[in-house]
Amino acid sequence: MQTLKESKIGSTVRVVKLKGDGPLKRRIMDMGITKGTRIYIRKVAPFGDPLEVTVRGYELSLRKSEAENIIVEQA
Amino acid sequence: MNIKVALAGNPNSGKTTLFNTLTGSNQYVGNWPGVTVEKKEGRLKGNKDVNIVDLPGIYSLSPYTLEEVVTRDFLINEKPDVIINLVDATNIERNLYLTTQLAELGIPMVIALNMIDLLRKSGDTINIEKLSKEIGCEIVEVSALRGTGVMEVANKAIKIAKSQKAMQPIHKFGAEVEFALSQISDFIKNREDIAPELIRWYTIKLFERDSKVLEKLQLSKNDLEKIEKIISDIEKKFDDDAESIITNERYEFIEKVVKIAVKKKSPGMTTSDKIDRIVTNRVLALPIFALVVFIIYFISVSTVGTLITDWTNNVFFGEWVMGGATALLQKIGAAEWLQSLIVDGIISGVGAVLGFVPQMFLLFFFLSLLEDCGYMARIAFIMDRIFRKFGLSGKSFIPLLISSGCGVPGVMATKTIENEKDRRLTTIVCTFIPCGAKIPVIGLIAASMLPEYAGFVAPAVYFIGIFAVIVSGIALKKTKLFAGDPSPFVMELPQYHLPAFKSVIAHMWERGSSFIKKAGTIIFVSSAAIWFLTNFGIANGSFGMVEGSDSFLGIIGGAIAPIFAPLGFGSWEATVSTFSGLVAKENVVATFGIFFGLGADIAESDPTLVNKVAELFPNVFAGISFLIFNMLCAPCFAAIGAIRREMASGKWTLIAVGYQTLLAYIFSLMIYQLGGLISGTLTFGAGSVLAIIALLFVLYMIFRPNPYVSAKKARS
Repeated sequence: MQTLKESKIGSTVRVVKLKGDGPLKRRIMDMGITKGTRIYIRKVAPFGDPLEVTVRGYELSLRKSEAENIIVEQA
Repeated sequence: MNIKVALAGNPNSGKTTLFNTLTGSNQYVGNWPGVTVEKKEGRLKGNKDVNIVDLPGIYSLSPYTLEEVVTRDFLINEKPDVIINLVDATNIERNLYLTTQLAELGIPMVIALNMIDLLRKSGDTINIEKLSKEIGCEIVEVSALRGTGVMEVANKAIKIAKSQKAMQPIHKFGAEVEFALSQISDFIKNREDIAPELIRWYTIKLFERDSKVLEKLQLSKNDLEKIEKIISDIEKKFDDDAESIITNERYEFIEKVVKIAVKKKSPGMTTSDKIDRIVTNRVLALPIFALVVFIIYFISVSTVGTLITDWTNNVFFGEWVMGGATALLQKIGAAEWLQSLIVDGIISGVGAVLGFVPQMFLLFFFLSLLEDCGYMARIAFIMDRIFRKFGLSGKSFIPLLISSGCGVPGVMATKTIENEKDRRLTTIVCTFIPCGAKIPVIGLIAASMLPEYAGFVAPAVYFIGIFAVIVSGIALKKTKLFAGDPSPFVMELPQYHLPAFKSVIAHMWERGSSFIKKAGTIIFVSSAAIWFLTNFGIANGSFGMVEGSDSFLGIIGGAIAPIFAPLGFGSWEATVSTFSGLVAKENVVATFGIFFGLGADIAESDPTLVNKVAELFPNVFAGISFLIFNMLCAPCFAAIGAIRREMASGKWTLIAVGYQTLLAYIFSLMIYQLGGLISGTLTFGAGSVLAIIALLFVLYMIFRPNPYVSAKKARS
């Protein structure tokens, strides 16, 4: 099972499932990361965290610890 | 007829710009009751009957963030006559997500499709008629920045409000979810306390198990069980929780709408993408970041900023206002004490603070520029990794950096931190970083106590300041006040764009003037109080103007000086000068100057002053302890005023100032007692025991496991 955290920079993935619950999960979904969404992993910050991804046509940053909750597959 | 318009939309959708265009200068800025979220209201330009409320920028109406709850409560309980929903046309999918939620509230609504000019430039097109049909409300194309379409939106909103046509949400979810929803709505649709247009909203909230709605509806146990059965059945089927099912359904609906109404040109690299490739590039990000920070710091703190602050303090207030006031008061023959109160007390006290105002405006200008062009979010992106380690967020960097120039704008810069806990924590630790006014104090003590190592004292003091920030971050995050899971850093990185000069200026003006208004009173009153305590007292049995140890401040200083005895500076002179530092930190030097008969205008490097101060402290550790206490304890009144303004709560202001003073006391205690013990100038005694207890306490607060980490987190 691959998570967004482990996905390669520059690759595009598709969301399979979101782990966890409560505010963090809701926030991730509110921002448009839902089942089936395509995510392009754009870059990682200079100190190695957080990540910057493109989702639904805009740029989103999230920490690796948060990306760990997003299970993805290669798109 | 009075019409109440609510302005709702995502952050970065241009809401502030639209609000400013709609209201012009008829604005009132306050806070939402009980919280620090800013509330802006204004009257529509040219129509005083229309009141516009600018709601906080939000992505959703979830029950989890303060801004979202405030917005939700306002819309449900206060029922505005119409909502203007601002939608960023260049980021339509995520923006429509909030729209689907607003549409369910049964309030008449109109969509302002903003940034339409940018959309056209990109080559994408949105079919307004089709979109309007799918969403079920009217849409007006707008460019808030250029001012096009703004008045049309306002007029349409007024028309819709007058027709009182409740918004009928027409968007539908998938068949299975809709079936479950219709079953749930049966439980509430006959209730008299729910307006028919709100049935859909309450149904969805029940489906999501929204705790606030469950509490409000007070359903019978039997009903609740039946509803729970419906929800858990569908959750099993979808293999997801109810809240997520609804979110998914919303986005699926939006995808369908976007397919129908939006035509996208093939995605090429936008200018924003190109800029971003360079400025947050792995190699160039840090040098560019350092350069930006350096330029801002260099202009607003080191060069231009200092220049204008010195000018306002020395020339404007020092010569013109004080000189003018003195001449005027003498001319009208005012009593000497009154002249002194007005000139030495109030004008010099208020002047010491207001002198920073031009510099603050300069800083706010740069901050607004950074925010407006989109780079501020990138600073948080770059710095988050480091600051998260000690309980702060990437956005804490800017306030701390600015505090090294002056704590007042530093504290006010915390406004850009969305998360309330992070903001409060940053506000508390900001003034630990030595500001410009503390430098003369550092210089004086360095010359008096450590002449051979004078060059190393200033860097060491900065280091201790940073150390105090880190220690506080780690320790306070483990206390009840600040505990909790780290706030999610799921943050939008807005597109870069050229900042609009008008909105940058408006933003700068709003921040600067709110400081003068809100902090002005506290500064005025406390300056007058300190002046009174310094200049009046009881000498030879009668009340009157006195000097030095006979003054009330001298008496108070003498009385409480023993508190500072364990820190090595229990003399009334040291105590009183610490108090006078509350007006402005550089006053510590001036007060010593007065006590030693050298005058208030003495330079910190004056050899007589240096010698006299050296005699005041029994040993070098006492002097360092005094210095550190003055660096870390409660900041000047101006900064306290700014803290009061940002915390929007007297209780939190007291917590902040109390914590700072306590930390200063503990640090100084350890320096004097343990330093003395190690060097052999002090023998082991009650003070040493106290210091060791303090040390153990600090270590415990830093290294204890966090008692508030949720059990789930600890397991994983």
